[in-house]
This record gives sequence, structure tokens and C-alpha cells, in this order.
Amino acid sequence: MISFELTEEQELVRDAMRNFAAEAMRPLARECDETESLPDAFLHQVWELGLTSTQIPEVYGGGGEERSPVTNAIVLEELAHGDAALAIAAVAPSLFANALVDHGTEEQKQAHLPAFCGDAYHTGSLALIEPGALFDPRRLRTVAEPKGQGFVLSGAKSFVPLGDRASHFLVIARNNGDTDAFIVPRDARGLRISETEKNLGLRALPTHGLELERVEVGPESRLGGNDGCNVRRLLDNSRAALAVVMVGLSRAVLEYCVPYAKDREAFDEPIAKKQAIAFLLAEMHIEVESSRWLAWQAASHLEKGHAVTRSAHMAYRYASEKSMWVADNGVQVLGGHGFIREHPVELWFRHARTLGVLEGTVAL
Amino acid sequence: MPIDFTLSERDRGILQNVREEGLICRNYARYYDEHEEEFAPDVLPEAATFEPSFDVSAHPYDKRVDSGLPVISALASIGSTWGDYSVRMRRGGGGLGNAALSAAGTDEQKKKWGGLTLAMAITEPGCGSDPSKVQCTAVLDEASDEWVIDGEKIFVTTGCRADGVILWATVDKSAGRAGIKSFLVEKGTPGFVVAHKEKKLGIRADDTAAYVFTECRIPRENLLGLNEEVQTKGSGGFRGVMKTFNMTRPMVAAIGLGIAEAALDFTREELEKAGVVLEYGGSESSLSAPAARFIRLETLFEASKLATLRACWLAGEGQPNNTESSVSKAHAGTAVREICQGCIEMLGPMGISREHLLEKWLRDCRITDIYEGTGQIQRLIIARDLLGYTRADLK
Repeated sequence: MISFELTEEQELVRDAMRNFAAEAMRPLARECDETESLPDAFLHQVWELGLTSTQIPEVYGGGGEERSPVTNAIVLEELAHGDAALAIAAVAPSLFANALVDHGTEEQKQAHLPAFCGDAYHTGSLALIEPGALFDPRRLRTVAEPKGQGFVLSGAKSFVPLGDRASHFLVIARNNGDTDAFIVPRDARGLRISETEKNLGLRALPTHGLELERVEVGPESRLGGNDGCNVRRLLDNSRAALAVVMVGLSRAVLEYCVPYAKDREAFDEPIAKKQAIAFLLAEMHIEVESSRWLAWQAASHLEKGHAVTRSAHMAYRYASEKSMWVADNGVQVLGGHGFIREHPVELWFRHARTLGVLEGTVAL
Repeated sequence: MPIDFTLSERDRGILQNVREEGLICRNYARYYDEHEEEFAPDVLPEAATFEPSFDVSAHPYDKRVDSGLPVISALASIGSTWGDYSVRMRRGGGGLGNAALSAAGTDEQKKKWGGLTLAMAITEPGCGSDPSKVQCTAVLDEASDEWVIDGEKIFVTTGCRADGVILWATVDKSAGRAGIKSFLVEKGTPGFVVAHKEKKLGIRADDTAAYVFTECRIPRENLLGLNEEVQTKGSGGFRGVMKTFNMTRPMVAAIGLGIAEAALDFTREELEKAGVVLEYGGSESSLSAPAARFIRLETLFEASKLATLRACWLAGEGQPNNTESSVSKAHAGTAVREICQGCIEMLGPMGISREHLLEKWLRDCRITDIYEGTGQIQRLIIARDLLGYTRADLK
């Protein structure tokens, strides 16, 4: 049945995350971006929320709460409203852990999940994107060749989030016509992790390149074991999650522009009283809302186990286009001030352009 | 109900049935587009034995659906205009005047006139988006207990076929918006003339009339809601009148979306015949230009549909939806234009041929962003709400 109703629990968690984002994220965002740093103190603070561990089954040391992609979408929108870079860092551990929970074999779960349930921030990462123009997740160039019982991985990856901290990488590679995910430890022989990449936006989120030069891994490294796993679903999940981040970002822009436009005067009245500005704000609102419903739809499809490739594609493409439009016009509403780093809008503008091409960095 | 985007088996069955009937109407789409002087019969030959499972104009107390009734009504509207726009009017009962009656009429008035198809007359030759400038007057004749109506109305949807009309007239021009009241005038009342039927760009099977009222006398109790008092400025009386639109705006969005979906379905089929592969989950750069564009338009449709369902869901929950109604209509108003224009561009010359319905769908959908509040009026409403501004703050 069609419904847009948050449960009481979802409302509570949304409000709690909204407060957390306003108090613990927004005030840090500018400095973290300027210094390109991700403070350990923040990661520790966010770790105590238990965003990842509470959703890991009890047998592996987690909280055993049933994971709800829809609730996770509500949470992630609030975190991204605080700051998109810090939000991705906050939920990055789930990117790896959820993949293991959903697709891993029993042995894989036992080997990797307990580390996500300890007291200290722990993360793995997903290595999906590849360097060069025209990257397409359906046409990967990184390959896995069988060797003995195991595999040899060759290729290059880029924009791997938290490559400096991740204990393991989930490397997405072509394997004999199919696509598979391989669990590769950071100290694997033949794996080189680059210096931190320098990006347009999300500078607080360190990303890295990986070079895989004939990296040999055992059969146990293939996610899902002999059957492999549904990598498509894993990537669809990440696209839906990224759409949610972009919704939170767009909302941040709109909510910053509204009071600004009411305060800023030109020709003896607030600029908000001019249709030229008021209509831009109305349009931003229309797109923030519409993007959110598409993202919720994809999250709901994930939750119910329905086909999600198309709805996640739509949510991701739409949010990508519209968050860029919203941020772009946010800069315009502020005029010259939109271009000055004293206001966060230029930061969000850079975030928006970055997020729109950066799939494989978050999960629901 | 927690957040959910799936339909129950029963609701899907209802909507499937609506689409089957829609397809029957599509057989007549071209004929009535080209013969706008004729009215489609109440029952089309193929539809004589067809049993509709859902009345598009179902009453709010209709509980035979699982999702909220406004949500299913919107999806049914999408389904019926997906068949053809004219199907909606063919069944009658669902005039905009009926919505006004159920929103503002007394229980007795609803009982008395509920069975009539009622048009709604607001626009006049000199006023459209600003209905506070209504010139049509209603003067109370205390001696005979009658209202005397004088004035002109244009763009009256279903105006020729309706049994009567709810019209806006001022009882006190000096009071501005507060002086505007709604009156019910039945066809056949002396002094009430249907002056002509408009010739339009699209939705030609949908009759649009112009009315003239000359010393037209109606009973005193034909004042909708029976409140004769002219409230002081800012008392919100006019806002009550405008509430009529909170449900009709998402319905107008839905009607436009049904046309856009028909255009998308036709275009998808033709593109696939021509060898275009639609692939989801990959990068836009690997898609052919028509495939990328098509998926973009499909996404626009989906976004618009969800915004519409959201406004309807709120209505079904009894929650305020004034802004969301405007969001849905503003979104759909531009989306359907872009979709139908884009489909023609993708298909090239075949897109404009009158051998197919695509060119008609472009003409039909164009009204979506105009009637029941242009896209600009919707943006004004949204902006005022966002900014906490009154009508005087932001004009």
C-alpha cells in the first residue's frame, strides 16, 4: 500500500540524527574541508552511535537489530544535511559490513564482522570506480583470473573511500563474464595504495587509488564463496544511498538560502520578495521533495527484496542532476556571497558535483 | 502504515481494469480530436459490456480500495488518461463543481445536487489567475428571496454537458476577495445562456464553454455553504474557497501524467523496434543518446508521479496538503511538457505524424501547466509557504 508515513521510531531517530548533524557535523564541516582532514575524534563520536554495529547479527557480536534500508535512508539524509563528506565517513563501515551480512558466507562473516562490533572505529571499503574517462560499473576493466583454487586480480581502482584506514577492500572485478566482489586485505602482496587523492569536493573524506598488480587471493576471498554474489544489488544499494546523501545536501542548500533571501535586501526590500528569487526557492523545494520520494522508493524496494536496479538508477540520476541544480542556484541566490568561502554554499556546490559521479561510497 | 511503494493485489486489479477501459477509449481518441463539435456517446460500443471496477469520481466514503482513496484516484486518473483524455469526461459526475460542492456545500446541498454533473465557472474574460477580480455579481433580492446573477464566465470545463454550474460571483465588490461567494445555477434557469464552445489546441473531446448570465434569478438557498455574511479582510473566508483545489491540483497533475505515460510507452516501443537498448544500472556515458534521454524522461515521470502520490496520500490521511498539492502540479506541469516534446524529438518526423497519437498527446498535455492555477501561481503558493510570506508579502 502506498504510504509516506514515518513510524514513531523513525521520527525519533530522525530527530536525534538531525540534532547530531547540527551539533557534531555542521560546525566541523568547513575546517575539515579546508584542512582536508577527517578528525579521529569525530569518527569516535559517530562510532558510539552504533550506526554499523547495531545492525550486525548478535552471533557476530553486533546489536542484532533488523536492518531497514528505509530507516537508514532517513538517518543518512540527516547526516548528509550536516555535511556530506563527514556523513559518508560516518556510514562507510556499513558499506563493507552490510555487504558481508547480505552476501558473505558463514566463514566470511565470522572472519570479518566481529571487528565492526568493537569499541574503536573500524572500517573496510569498496573499490569500484576505475581511473580514466567514461567509467561504467557495467563495464569494468579490473579482472579476476582463476589460479589454482583462488584468483589473481589485476587492474586499477580510484576514489576508494577511506583507503588510508580500511582494513580490507571489497574489490569489484570481472570474473569470466560475470562481476564479482573480492575481499582483499590492505597488506596483500601486489596491492599498492596511493596517496590521498585531491578532489573538487568532499575533501574531508580521504579517497585513494589502488593498483592491483597480480594480487593473489584464496577462494575464501570471493564474496559469497563458490556461488559468488549479486554484485548488481550491492551497487544498486549504494546508488540509492548516494541519492539519499544528495537529498540531504540539497535540503541543506535550500534551508540556508531561505533565511538569507529574507534577510538580504535590494531595492528596499528582501530579495525573497522578488519572484525571480522566490521562484528559484520554490523550484528548489520541488526538487528536494521529488528527489527524496525517488530515493525512498528505491530504499523501500531494497527493504522488500524487490527488483531495484531501475528504481535505484532513477533515484541516483535524478538526485544527481537536481542536487547539482539546487546547489548551483543556491550559489546564485547568495550572489557574490555564494562565491565566498565564508558561507557554506560554495562547499555544497563542490560536494554536489562530486557526489553526482561518485557511486560506490555509501550503503543503506 | 510504514513507508511503502507497492500496491495490493486488489488495487492493482482495479488499476488494470481502468487501463483496459482506457484502451477502449483510445480507439476513439483520434476521431473526437478531429470532430470536436461532436460529443462522444455516454457508452462507447465496445464498452457496453465492460464492467468498470472503479469509479474515477468515487465518493470519499468509498472504502473498496486498500491504499488511500485519493492515492488510488490519482493512479486511476493516470490510467484513464493513459487510454485517452476524453474517457474521463465520458462518465460524468466528476466535474470540478462536484469537488467544490463536496468541499463547501452543506449536507443538505450535497444530498440535493450530488447526483448532478457540475461544472465550475471562475475565469472571466478579464480575470484568470487573480480570481479576486471577479466582476460577475450576485445581488440579493430580499423581496423574492432570490439571488440575481449578472456577468460572463469563460473556460468552463464540461460547460456544455454539465447539468449545472458552481460559479464565483461577488456580493460586494468593495470587499475584494471576501465578497466572493459560490453559487449553484442549474441549466435551464432563465437568464443563463451557454454562449459558445471554445476551440482549443488540445483536449478537444473535453468541452469547454463560455457562459453569459443576464438577470439570472436563483433561489436564495443556492448559495454554497449558505453563509451570506461578508467577512472582514484577512478572515480567511477566501482561503476556504481555495481549499477546493487541494485535491483537484494533484488530480490535474495525474491527468497530465497519464498522457505523458502514454507518450513514453509509445516511444519506448518505437525506440526498441529501432534497436535502441535501454539499460539501467550503468553509466550514462555508455548509453546511446536516445537511450540516455529516454531514461531521463522516464525518471522525470516517476519523480512527478511520486510527488503527486505524496500530495494525495496526505489528503487521504486528513493532513494539510496545500503546498504539496502545488508541488505536484508545478512538477507535473513542466514534466509532461518536457516528456511529450522530448518523445517527439527522439522519434523524429514520425513523432509529428497524425497517423499516431503522439502529436495529440503533446497538444493534450499542454493544458496541465495552465488550468487550475498556472505553474507560476503554484510556485507563488510554494514560495509563500517556504518563506512564511502572505499574499501581500509576495505577489
